[in-house]
Amino acid sequence: MSDSSAPMTHGVNIDAIKSKQSNPATGVAETSLTVKDLKLFYGEKQALNGINMTIPKERVTAFIGPSGCGKSTLLRCFNRMNDLVDDVRIEGQILLHDQDIYHRDVDIAALRRQVGMVFQKPNPFPKSIYENVAYGLRLMGVKDRRTLDEIVENSLRGAALWDEVKDRLHDSAFGLSGGQQQRLVIARAIAIEPEVLLLDEPASALDPISTLKIEELIYELKSKFTIVIVTHNMQQAARVSDYTAFMYMGDLVELADTDLLFTNPKQKQTEDYITGRYG
Amino acid sequence: MKNWIKSGSPWVWLTAASVSISIIMVVGLLMLIAARGLGHFWPADVHSFEYLDDSGQTIKIAGEIRDTEDVSTQQIIDSGIKFESSELWTSRHLIKTGNRELYGIDFRSLIDPLISKRSQDNEMMVLERREWGNFYGTLKQVKLDGKVIAESNSSWDTLQQQIAATSEIYSTIDDIEQGEIGSINYTLERLRLKQRGLELKGEDSPEALGKIEEERQSLRSEYKTLQKELTKHYAELNRASLVAETIDGKTVEITISKVVMAYQPNGMSIFDKIGFYIHKLWEFVSDEPREANTEGGIFPAIFGTVMMVIIMAILVTPFGVVAAIYLREYAKQGPIIRMIRIAVNNLAGVPSIVYGVFGLGFFVYFLGGNIDQLFFPEALPAPTFGTPGLMWASITLALLTVPVVIVSTEEGLSRIPKSIREGSLALGATKAETLWRTIIPMTSPAIMTGLILAVARAAGEVAPLMLVGVVKLAPTLPLDGDFPFMHLDRKFMHLGFHIYDVGFQSPNVEAARPLVYATALLLVLIIIALNLTAIAIRNRLREKYKSLEH
Repeated sequence: MSDSSAPMTHGVNIDAIKSKQSNPATGVAETSLTVKDLKLFYGEKQALNGINMTIPKERVTAFIGPSGCGKSTLLRCFNRMNDLVDDVRIEGQILLHDQDIYHRDVDIAALRRQVGMVFQKPNPFPKSIYENVAYGLRLMGVKDRRTLDEIVENSLRGAALWDEVKDRLHDSAFGLSGGQQQRLVIARAIAIEPEVLLLDEPASALDPISTLKIEELIYELKSKFTIVIVTHNMQQAARVSDYTAFMYMGDLVELADTDLLFTNPKQKQTEDYITGRYG
Repeated sequence: MKNWIKSGSPWVWLTAASVSISIIMVVGLLMLIAARGLGHFWPADVHSFEYLDDSGQTIKIAGEIRDTEDVSTQQIIDSGIKFESSELWTSRHLIKTGNRELYGIDFRSLIDPLISKRSQDNEMMVLERREWGNFYGTLKQVKLDGKVIAESNSSWDTLQQQIAATSEIYSTIDDIEQGEIGSINYTLERLRLKQRGLELKGEDSPEALGKIEEERQSLRSEYKTLQKELTKHYAELNRASLVAETIDGKTVEITISKVVMAYQPNGMSIFDKIGFYIHKLWEFVSDEPREANTEGGIFPAIFGTVMMVIIMAILVTPFGVVAAIYLREYAKQGPIIRMIRIAVNNLAGVPSIVYGVFGLGFFVYFLGGNIDQLFFPEALPAPTFGTPGLMWASITLALLTVPVVIVSTEEGLSRIPKSIREGSLALGATKAETLWRTIIPMTSPAIMTGLILAVARAAGEVAPLMLVGVVKLAPTLPLDGDFPFMHLDRKFMHLGFHIYDVGFQSPNVEAARPLVYATALLLVLIIIALNLTAIAIRNRLREKYKSLEH
C-alpha cells in the first residue's frame, strides 16, 4: 500500500461552478475513482471481499446484483457514509485524484462535497424548495443573494424541475410529489458541483413516469458529472449506463461495457443473473 | 354480555369516563376558586340588624353578610349562647362589621332567630381605609382645616371630591418617596460602596474621595429640595377629614388621607356596581398590598412570579437542550450513558424542598458567598449575592425542571428520521452544522413541549422558593429605573408563596380568605396564559417542520 499523499483541499471557486454549469465537459474517459483491494467488515462479518475497480470519468457506471451482494455498501464507501455505522472496519484504498479518501488527514466534509449522493427514498429537508437547493451552497459560505438565485435556478434546470417549481420556490418542499422531490434532491446535490454523483436506487421508490424522467436526467447529467448508480432493475442499467459492474456476495464478478456485459458476459455467474436464473 | 366485554366497548367507556371525571374536577375546581375569589370584589350590601346579645339587650349591628350556614341548635346552645328553639338546625350568619379600631374585631357571628329587625339603609357607607380595615357607618360632616364645609345632603359629593384630591396628593408623595428619593438613596448607597471599594484596594486618594464627596453633596442638596416639597405635600394631605356615625351611635372623625375609597353599596345601581367591580379587579392586579397582605393588590407578586419564570426559562432551555444533544448525538452509547440517563430521569423525582435546601447551601452560601468575596467586598458584611435572591431562585428552579427539558428534547431528537441526517451529511455538512441547521429546528416543537412542562412546574413550586429568595413583602421590584435596572440579588414576591402567606400566616384569616381564592385563581390563569402562548408557538413550529408524513 503506497504511502498516501497530501490531504484533500477544498477551496471553492464560485466562478468555476458557474462556468462548469454552462460548458459541457469534453474528452475521453479518464479515471475518476480507483478502488484498490477494498475490504469491509461489519464487526466480524465481511461484506466486501477485496474489490478492485476503476470508475471512469463523466460516464455512468451501474452496479447490479442480487439483494445483499454489497453494491449499496460499496457505493457508500465512495463518500464515506459507512463511517456513520458503528462497528465498520475498512481495509484497502479508494483513490480520488490519486489521493486515498480513507487517509487519516482527509477532511470528510470536503470529500462529501466532491462526491455527492442521492438516496433511495427522497429526503428533502423541511424547508422551502429554494432553501433545499441552497443548503449546500450556504454551507460553503455563499451568501450573496444574486449568486444563490443564479445557482439555484441552474441546478433546478439541470434537474429538469425548474419549469414545474419556478413559481413556488419558497413553498415547502413537502408539497412536491415523490418524483419531483427526488429531482429536487438531485438538484440539491448538483448545486454544489460535485465531481462524482452517487445514486443509490434513485428511482425504485417512484412510479414509472417519474422513473423515466429520472433516467432522462441521468443521461443529461453524465456530460458534467461522473455517475455511479446502484440499481436492481437490469433494464434500467442497460438503458442508462455506459459501464456495468455485476456483484455477487461481496465480490466484483465482472465489470465491462454495458452493451458487452448484457449481450456477451464473460462470467457464467453474470450470465445466470441476467438471464434470470437467480437474484 | 360477554360479547360486549369482548368487543372492547367497556374500555372505551372507561377511558371516556376517566377523561370526563378529570375535566369535571378541573372545571369544578376553577369554578369554586372563581366563585369564592371573584365574589370578593363585588360591592356587597350593608345590612343593619337589631340583635339580642348575650346580656339580653338589643343592640344595633351593621355590616356585610359574608357567609350563612346551618349549625345544629345543640351546638349553639352548648357554646353558651342563651336561646331556645325547637328546630334541629339554626341559621348562623357571619357578618363583617369592620370598625376594628372601635370593636377590636371585624367579624361577628349572628344567630338568625335572635335577629329582631333587619333593614338596608341607603345612607350606609363603606370606607375602605389604609389601616384598620373597612369602616361602616353614615356620613355626617366633611371638614377642612377643622371647619365644617359640608353637612348631610351635600356632604357625599364633597367627600368624593376630597377623597379624589387627597388620593392625588398621596400618589404624588408616593412617587417622590419611592421614585426620586428612592433613587437618591440608591445612588448614595452605591457611592458608599464605591468609596469602601477604593479603601479596600488602597486607592483612596484625596482626589478620588473628593470627587465622591462632591457627588454626595449634590445628591444631598437634591434631597433637601425634595424634602421641602414633601413637607408641603404632607401638610396638604392631612387637611381634610370626615365625621361619621356608626350604627350604634358612636361618632368618629377620620382623616381623609387614610381613606382609599368611599361608597354606598345599598344605593348603587347595577351599572355602578359593575363599574366598581371592574375598578376593584384592576386594583387587585395593579396595586401593592396593604395591611399585611390582607388587602390591596398583588402586583409585586405577579411581577415577581413572571420575572422568575422568564429567567428560569432562559436558563433551562439552552442548558437542557445542549445536555440532551450531547447525550444523544455525541456521547458513546454504553453503560455509563445509560446510568447518566437514569440519573437524569430520577432527578425529576427529587422532592422540590430538597432542591431548595441544595440551592440554599450550594448556590446561596457557597457560590454566593464566594461571589461576594470576589466582586462585592466593599458591601461586606452585608451580603449581596450571598443571600437568597431572584437569581438563585431562578437557577434552583431551572435545576428542578431541567430533567423534563432533557427528556423531552431527547425524545424529539430520536424521532427525526435518519434520512434527514444522512442527506445533510452527504452534502458536506459537519455533524455540528447538520445539528444546527436541520436537526435542532426540527426538534423545536419537542423543545417547546419540554419548556411548557418546565414552566408549568416551576410557576407552581413554592417550597424551594421559600428557602432561596421569596419573601412576604418586598419593598422594591427586581426591575426598576436604577442602574443596573435588573437587580438579580433582590428578594421578590411570588404568587404561590403569597397564597400560603395570606391563607395561613396572616393575622386576620377571615378577612384574608377571599383573597386566597382570588390569588389562587390569578395564579392558575397566569399559568394557563403562559402555557397557551407556548402551545401556540409549538403548534406553529409543528406546522413548519411537519416531517415526512407522506
